[in-house]
Amino acid sequence: MNYKERGSDKVFTMANNILLGILFLIVAYPLLYVISASLSDSNAIIQGRVKLFPVGFNLDGYKAVFSHGSIMTGFFNSFFYMTVGTLVNIILTIMIAYPLSRQKLIGKKVISLMLVFTIMFNAGLIPNYLLIDTLDLIDKRAVMIIPKALNVFNVMITITYFKTTIPKELLESARIDGCDDINFICKIVLPLSRPIIAVITLFYAVEHWNSFFDALIYLNSKSLLPLQIILRDILVQNLISLDMVSSIDPDTLQSSEKLAVLLKYSLIVVASAPLMVLYPFIQRHFVKGVMVGSVKG
Amino acid sequence: MIHSISNIKRSKRDYIVKSFKRDWQLYLLMVLPLIYIIVFKYVPMGGIIIAFKDFIAKKGIWGSEWANPLFKYFIAFFNDFNCMRIIKNTLTLSLYGLIAGFPLPIIFALCLNYFKNRKIKKAIQMITYAPHFISTVVIVGMLMAFFQTRAGIVNQLLSSIGIAEIDFFGTRGTFPHMYVWSQIWQSLGFSSIIYIATLAGIDPSLHEAAIMDGATKLKRMWHIDLPGIIPTAVILLTLNLGRILFVGFEKVLLMQNPINLNQSEIISTYVYKIGMTSALPRYSYSTAIGIFQSVVGFLLIIIFNKISRKFTDSSLF
Repeated sequence: MNYKERGSDKVFTMANNILLGILFLIVAYPLLYVISASLSDSNAIIQGRVKLFPVGFNLDGYKAVFSHGSIMTGFFNSFFYMTVGTLVNIILTIMIAYPLSRQKLIGKKVISLMLVFTIMFNAGLIPNYLLIDTLDLIDKRAVMIIPKALNVFNVMITITYFKTTIPKELLESARIDGCDDINFICKIVLPLSRPIIAVITLFYAVEHWNSFFDALIYLNSKSLLPLQIILRDILVQNLISLDMVSSIDPDTLQSSEKLAVLLKYSLIVVASAPLMVLYPFIQRHFVKGVMVGSVKG
Repeated sequence: MIHSISNIKRSKRDYIVKSFKRDWQLYLLMVLPLIYIIVFKYVPMGGIIIAFKDFIAKKGIWGSEWANPLFKYFIAFFNDFNCMRIIKNTLTLSLYGLIAGFPLPIIFALCLNYFKNRKIKKAIQMITYAPHFISTVVIVGMLMAFFQTRAGIVNQLLSSIGIAEIDFFGTRGTFPHMYVWSQIWQSLGFSSIIYIATLAGIDPSLHEAAIMDGATKLKRMWHIDLPGIIPTAVILLTLNLGRILFVGFEKVLLMQNPINLNQSEIISTYVYKIGMTSALPRYSYSTAIGIFQSVVGFLLIIIFNKISRKFTDSSLF
């Protein structure tokens, strides 16, 4: 469009950009600070010399994180729960979402209603815990995967996506060629659904990677704990065992305390990195996948 | 007549049989997900019966005696001296979060919509989404690191402009603000996605016509963009209002300490403590409180959905 900005529009644009800039800085500054602090000298952090960029650049915090036994165990456990869990999620989601997206399926309404109801009403903590106990899943790896095998909200998004992007004519012509439903899904629906699969992969992966409470109530064995529980001990409850710090600097208690400050920032970065890395790959599918799905799902 | 009715019935049954034959693979696919839904969503709903029983773990759900009176544990909750406090805390946190947090993503989306440079726009979006992917545990860890007394950046910034150090986590009254504003910080970018997409979907000819008529940008924002996103906003508001009793449970739990407990104990954390962490877990009582929470939430969704359907054209279902 070609037109000249008038005076009042210039003021508007400026005010608009200033407001946008302020909002952006408020969101971005803490992120930048965490990264800078994680790369700084621990003395500089404590004395408040880190404001924007790293001061006294070093990687001690990261060394401490990667040489810490339970952090690494937690990291690999979380990675396992995330990959296996997400795979299960995706398969089950497609298995129910595709049939429910088909127009003429008898009983579709009843099943959809059954699903939607679970979004609005749930039994609560204790009945769920008793069920897990009855199923003998307490303190097993499976408890991090099976009870979360499906997320109804994601199913709804996927249904809407299928409904709006897979043309009926495609199914009809496939039928004429003698294609059955399962073949149709594998050979036609799935290749056409990359955006939505990318998006729900991200949603499920985030859910698994960040899940904390299930692990808190259902897991006891140290060897099974996901990263988030270890993070809570270190970041929130301040339980940093000295043995892990001493491997780097055995000198004094004071210096290990200093390292503990640094380690927290490095840990925040390391714990968040996997999803941040995943996100840009999926972002380009985002608008297509999410918007088509969630508007009036 | 009779003949034709039975004909219709038969043809309907034939139709059902025929479509089952045609779609059997689809039904087969749904079996596993449906088993999951029934076992993990509906079976626990049967378990809420323990709120009406004197549940003893050894006797099991069915072996335990019925509570006498039946609503014993609900009555006990309303007589609990904590009851009013936790309901008040829950409502305070969620309403504060809603009032402060609901308009900001809309404002952010509107601002971004009038920002010209595409590349910078993309970058701003990417970076503001990032906090959404940070886990609750890490967010609370960050809060604690930032608001520390000595080494925390917030206090360092305060002291550099001459304000005395504040022990944020050790002071009464700071909890709701830290909770709500960190929530807004985390969700601002991501919540705005839906508005940004809605704005992008607004018919450009509306803007062109407005420009021809000499409308300023502010006027276009007010008369075209804002009305364009209201339906989306109403749906989201309805959803949020329905969840008013479900405040971010994990985050509150992680942020709790003895000093802020008076403000930070909410229904969910109370349910958790009574049912799971106390020396004598009270399953029935805890479940009763949980049901209260779920039922009120459910009713709120239904009510707000009705209202939003009446006043606007948009509704959830």
